[in-house]
Amino acid sequence: MLAVDQLSVFHGPIEAVHGISFNVAAGQCVSLLGPNGAGKTSTISAITGVVRATGRIEVDGEIMSDQPVESRILKGVSVAPEGRRVFANLSVEDNLKLGGAIVQNKANIRSDIAHWLQTFPVLGERRAQLAGTLSGGEQQMLAIARALMSRPKILLLDEPSLGLAPKIVAQIFDIIRHLKNEGMTILLVEQNATQALKLSDYSYLLNNGKIVAEGSAEKLGQSNELMAELTGIA
Amino acid sequence: MEYIVQQVINALAFGAEYALLALGLAIVFSIMGLVNFAHGEIIAVGGYTMVALGALMIGNPYIVIASAVVAAMFASVMLERFAFRPVRYADPTTGLLTAFGVSMILQNLFLLFVSPRPIAVTSLYFLDWPVNLFGVQVSSLQLFETGATALVIVALMLFLRRTTLGIAMRAAALDFEMVRLVGIRANRVFAVAFLVSGLLAGLACIFIMARRGSVDPHMGFNPVLKAFVACVVGGFGSLPGAVLGGFILGAVEVAMLVLLPQEYGGMKDAFVFGIIALLLIWRPNGILSPRIEKGDKV
Ligand SMILES: Nc1ncnc2c1ncn2[C@@H]1O[C@H](COP(=O)(O)OP(=O)(O)OP(=O)(O)O)[C@@H](O)[C@H]1O
Ligand SMILES: [Mg+2]
Repeated sequence: MLAVDQLSVFHGPIEAVHGISFNVAAGQCVSLLGPNGAGKTSTISAITGVVRATGRIEVDGEIMSDQPVESRILKGVSVAPEGRRVFANLSVEDNLKLGGAIVQNKANIRSDIAHWLQTFPVLGERRAQLAGTLSGGEQQMLAIARALMSRPKILLLDEPSLGLAPKIVAQIFDIIRHLKNEGMTILLVEQNATQALKLSDYSYLLNNGKIVAEGSAEKLGQSNELMAELTGIA
Repeated sequence: MEYIVQQVINALAFGAEYALLALGLAIVFSIMGLVNFAHGEIIAVGGYTMVALGALMIGNPYIVIASAVVAAMFASVMLERFAFRPVRYADPTTGLLTAFGVSMILQNLFLLFVSPRPIAVTSLYFLDWPVNLFGVQVSSLQLFETGATALVIVALMLFLRRTTLGIAMRAAALDFEMVRLVGIRANRVFAVAFLVSGLLAGLACIFIMARRGSVDPHMGFNPVLKAFVACVVGGFGSLPGAVLGGFILGAVEVAMLVLLPQEYGGMKDAFVFGIIALLLIWRPNGILSPRIEKGDKV
């Protein structure tokens, strides 16, 4: 589904990611783990096209790397970005409406909004509330629901558990697991490696802009020092 | 009593015009952080369109009004496409300098290719006749102006609340990149912002022309200055702020005209700006600062 080849990402003159390659097969949940500053968000931003990058990014066989942001979304990429970035000055419902802006059929948009408000009852209860007044966990759910409104082929999640209480983190991971079981293809960026490993089919470990290890949960958890540190085993 | 009512209507009419002008600046500023000083020249484009129609002996008021508004909208969108798009993501200073440059270039084009001197346009004088409103003498133009502004505000609100593109424009004021990340084309959002801004300039142009009855290359300066001040007072980037700022400016101006003794009449603007300065000491970011309005960004 997603194939990334020799991706380097630049912030001005600084190269933050150095020629990494990885894949996400259809229906899989793959996680990209690593400490602060490893280059996880840079990688996500390169896939959506909001930063300068070199290398090749393919989604469903189509090359994305030379297309503007909007076309990539239109062709099936969707993101719940780092920091959630819900539209604080809009209602929950309007946030979802914008999430579905690229969907042509108005009836589909309406039924999708209804569907996600039902799937996330806390959002349903607050449909007319301004998104800026939601709690962190609720905003994260909204960011995920907004991303799903475009009916993406692949969902990019950038640290969905960031800054949330353990109970809410568990809820968020339940949601991700649910999405995976429904067949959604997911690229999950996390610092919370323990939880992420548990629901991922495959994981990559990123450090200083390079992939330093990859594999299944069992393999990674044992083999790598950095991973041990991340998961808190060490 | 009559005198007071008359002055209130005066203040409302001035305020309405300033609100219309300020909204045109604010809608562009809110999404691209650009103070479009060429907004005044967009108004002038509307004025010169009326001159051109006059030369062609076209006097039908509907055609004159529609053409001026359409010309302003077209000019505004063209400015976005050719002048502001290249500096879209540049820092605010670059945008500001570009806007000043565009404003000066347009003024000089008018100067070179039309005339440095004022040209009379009388086709809209008919909009202005004395009206007796419950025993108070007012001008029909003032009523049109207030009514049109009220209508524009309602229409703009409906557009911004009910349509996907309108909602996207409100979202873009907060986080433009995120709007692109849901797949809404940035070019479209910018084009619509300038289109709406041009429409507002075109409408303001109708009233300005009906009152002054002439065009000259620098006619845009005063309106854009008023719009700028109204935006600063209301809180730059806030649309309700622009409207509020416009009406406050109108009220302060009329109050100064009424209250200042005859011999200080020439210092009206000094007093107006003095009061505005005091307002800004009280609220440095303007009355409805967008930062407060939008809440904290996470
Ligand atoms: N806008 C930027 N300008 C300059 N440097 C940047 C910018 N964004 C990121 N960087 C640099 O790129 C490197 C990778 O940052 P990135 O945000 O991708 O890390 P991350 O893995 O997402 O970290 P975190 O877990 O803290 O979110 C860091 O060294 C960072 O300082
Ligand atoms: Mg990050």
